[in-house]
Amino acid sequence: MKILIVDDFSTMRRIVKNLLRDLGFTNTAEADDGSTALPMLQQGDFDFLVTDWNMPGMSGIDLLKKVRADERLRHLPVLMVTAEAKREQIVAAAQAGVNGYVVKPFTAAVLKEKIEKIFERVEG
Amino acid sequence: MSESYQSIGSQQSSEEMKLLAQTMVESLERGDLGQAVALVNQMKEVRDKTLYLEIGRLTRALHESIKNLNIESVGAGSEIDKATDKLQYVIEMTDKSANRTMDLVDAGIPLAATLNERSTALREQWQKFLNKELKPDEFRSLTRDIQEYLVDSERHSRQIKDQFSEILLAQDFQDLTGQVIQKVAALVRDVESRLVNLVVMAGTVDQITGIQHQGLDAEPEVSETKEIVAEGPQIDKTVDGVVASQDDVDDLLSSLGF
Repeated sequence: MKILIVDDFSTMRRIVKNLLRDLGFTNTAEADDGSTALPMLQQGDFDFLVTDWNMPGMSGIDLLKKVRADERLRHLPVLMVTAEAKREQIVAAAQAGVNGYVVKPFTAAVLKEKIEKIFERVEG
Repeated sequence: MSESYQSIGSQQSSEEMKLLAQTMVESLERGDLGQAVALVNQMKEVRDKTLYLEIGRLTRALHESIKNLNIESVGAGSEIDKATDKLQYVIEMTDKSANRTMDLVDAGIPLAATLNERSTALREQWQKFLNKELKPDEFRSLTRDIQEYLVDSERHSRQIKDQFSEILLAQDFQDLTGQVIQKVAALVRDVESRLVNLVVMAGTVDQITGIQHQGLDAEPEVSETKEIVAEGPQIDKTVDGVVASQDDVDDLLSSLGF
């Protein structure tokens, strides 16, 4: 299971990375915005994408749209972990095809629950 | 900051204008064109006089306001520039603190995990000993393990305790960054109130000179498909359209069929 973590703050990437490691996912890579993440996704064999929304360059929602528009990436599970907490934003993310949405600040338990739920659905 | 600018002269002159205009209409009705033209000229004079007066007042007020705005508050080396540096400092401080804390946690977790594993193993062996299930060589091995464990746990628990103290110290950024943010917030509030004053003055200039800005008051056009943009953390969770918790997010998503 190879996971790409996208966030412009290195501390948040580190937190997510550590939480994923505790959940048993040790194969992770990092990117600091959508425009660096997209080529990594296109070239690498990632199984899962965890992305922030608000980032300089390409935002998380635009990255999500690009992923869904890409023939090879369109089925990649995407979890959004973001401080964006408006209903219209969550609806927009859902419409763009997000698989899960976690609002910051979050707990390890919430992240675990959402990731497990996504895999259940993807595999089931 | 200077007092809000208010136009007093213009009200006086509009009263005067009204009077002159009424008299002018009356003279026109009487057919006295000469007097009517004279009155029009008088009205022009009143307007000019008011204009000069108001411009004089406005210039002084504007001057005062610009002085208060502190022209040094924009550009390199200015207050705003310093505020930006200060906010950069906040980012650096919080980044440093978060990484320091995570370094210490990363170093502490394996120590705690090892202590836990070894005490679990020792407890199992000890239980066997209590149940008289241990062979003599196993018992010798157990006493050696216990001896080693006591030495290591003494050392490791002290290390963990030190790491906790350091984590505590790494939170000192809150005080420092809090002070900086308070200063920057005060500056923003100050600049805002001075700008409001300038806007009020500009409005008075428009009123006196009769300048009308097209489309200024018009509602900004709302495009059909509103672009959803990132807004950062919502400070006020009670605002309409803001979800208060992860549970609300989950409810919303499940209502959308997730």
